Amino acid sequence: MRASHSLTKQNYMRRAKFILLFIIISSMYIWAFAGIQYSGLLDSAWPVTKSIISGFVSPDLEYIYNREGEDLLRGLVETLAIAVVGIALSVVLAVPIGLWAARNLSSRYYLSSSGKVSLSFLRTLPDIVLALLFIKVVGPGAFAGMLALGIGAIGMLGKLYAEEVEGMDPGPVEAIIAVGGNKWQQLAFGVIPQVVPGFISATLYRFEINMRSAATLGVIGAGGIGTPLIFSIQSRNWERVGIILIGIVIVVLIVDLLSSYLRKKIV
Amino acid sequence: MTQLELNGSVPVKPPRTSFYLFLSGLVIIVFLSAVYIEADPVQFALNSANMLDLLVRMVPPDWSYFVTTTPAMLDTIRMALIGTTIGTIFSIPIMFLCARNMFSAQWLVQGCRLALNILRTIPDLLLAAIFAAILGFSPLAGIAALGVFSIGIIAKLSYEAIENIDDGPLESMTAVGATKLQWIAFGVIPQVLPHIVSYILYTFEINIRAAAILGLVGAGGIGLFYNRALGYFAYDQVMALILYTLVVVVIIDFISLKIREHLL
Repeated sequence: MRASHSLTKQNYMRRAKFILLFIIISSMYIWAFAGIQYSGLLDSAWPVTKSIISGFVSPDLEYIYNREGEDLLRGLVETLAIAVVGIALSVVLAVPIGLWAARNLSSRYYLSSSGKVSLSFLRTLPDIVLALLFIKVVGPGAFAGMLALGIGAIGMLGKLYAEEVEGMDPGPVEAIIAVGGNKWQQLAFGVIPQVVPGFISATLYRFEINMRSAATLGVIGAGGIGTPLIFSIQSRNWERVGIILIGIVIVVLIVDLLSSYLRKKIV
Repeated sequence: MTQLELNGSVPVKPPRTSFYLFLSGLVIIVFLSAVYIEADPVQFALNSANMLDLLVRMVPPDWSYFVTTTPAMLDTIRMALIGTTIGTIFSIPIMFLCARNMFSAQWLVQGCRLALNILRTIPDLLLAAIFAAILGFSPLAGIAALGVFSIGIIAKLSYEAIENIDDGPLESMTAVGATKLQWIAFGVIPQVLPHIVSYILYTFEINIRAAAILGLVGAGGIGLFYNRALGYFAYDQVMALILYTLVVVVIIDFISLKIREHLL
């Protein structure tokens, strides 16, 4: 008797929770949809869509290689170069920060948490905003894009590195302490050899993201393939937009495949 | 036994030439790339005063900008919410088509996966630029871009979750003669629903960050103000925008993280 009573009570509780959740979610959606201004679709929406599709079907093949002036290959190589130098810069900077933020390496809690906080602050800055700031410093171009990616990736890489260090086996470090190794020896022979595969895997993962970001940085003038793309979109040159997007898709696919192959091999 | 082995000759370290070759190759690639994009540390050092000046002009942030940009910030959240929802709706059929254990026709599964992989290579900002050309410079373009962008993430993570389910319930349902739809509704969905909801929330977090910058290509939201503030060299306003985005992102991440912890 009592058991069934508490069961119905539980049922009511569950139902009440469900209704509450339903009300919260539906009011959220009402708020969201009510706030969007539907200015109505532009008259040009359909013709533009049609010309975009026709542009993708018949891409501008002549743009692939052009002896003088800019072309697709040069843009893609520049994009790759931005991603490569960017990741190199962020690895150099993120390794010390990651070690600093790892909880099990520092004896004081506030030290590692200050590292964590500064990493989360870096993570919230979008690459594009960083690029806008660096453009003001070194002028528009690939260099600004590289700096933005290099600094922007520190937040994520540092966090992944710190998690890798926190997940390691403390045994080797303890053994080195037991035979009288100093802090640097602990790091060099106890920590680093254990975490290198994880670090490489995280770096490759971030490199894939860098590749995509490098393709977009050009939209605001920070070099790479995005610059000709945004010009082509603005001048409604859809054949060229088509070939550039195809180029981006192919390069990103290749980079992703290579990187996931390497990551599988390492881990 | 060990004694004996230890008394023998010390094993020679295997040569590490290939490792060093690989490392130097890597360094050369980075160096050549740096030369190619004209990365000039000297120029950076010379201009670092410029950056310091910029940082100085960023503080104190223009607090009044928090109020001015609130409608745009709300628009950003709306864009992310609706975009994620649209992406979710489209992801549902795709995730089942991509899961190897749902359909026996492997050409269908592989084809869907390839399409999904291609979709995921297109960055969100480029999608937004294209949709802004189609739909005009409004939040609609941002919603469409985020919707398409979300499909790539949600469908990918979800089909992996579907492939990892326990097939016991499925087998017993097949044994009693369930149809394909019943099979999915009562055998698959209950197992993967918490995971999928968690992935949707995760995508929502990503979309909030993405939505904040879509305005740079004219797709609505707070990004429009970044353009404006940077155009006027009003760095205190830029700082206010960065801080505002930071606050919103942190709050939404926190709520979403709590819900996700509850789910899994």
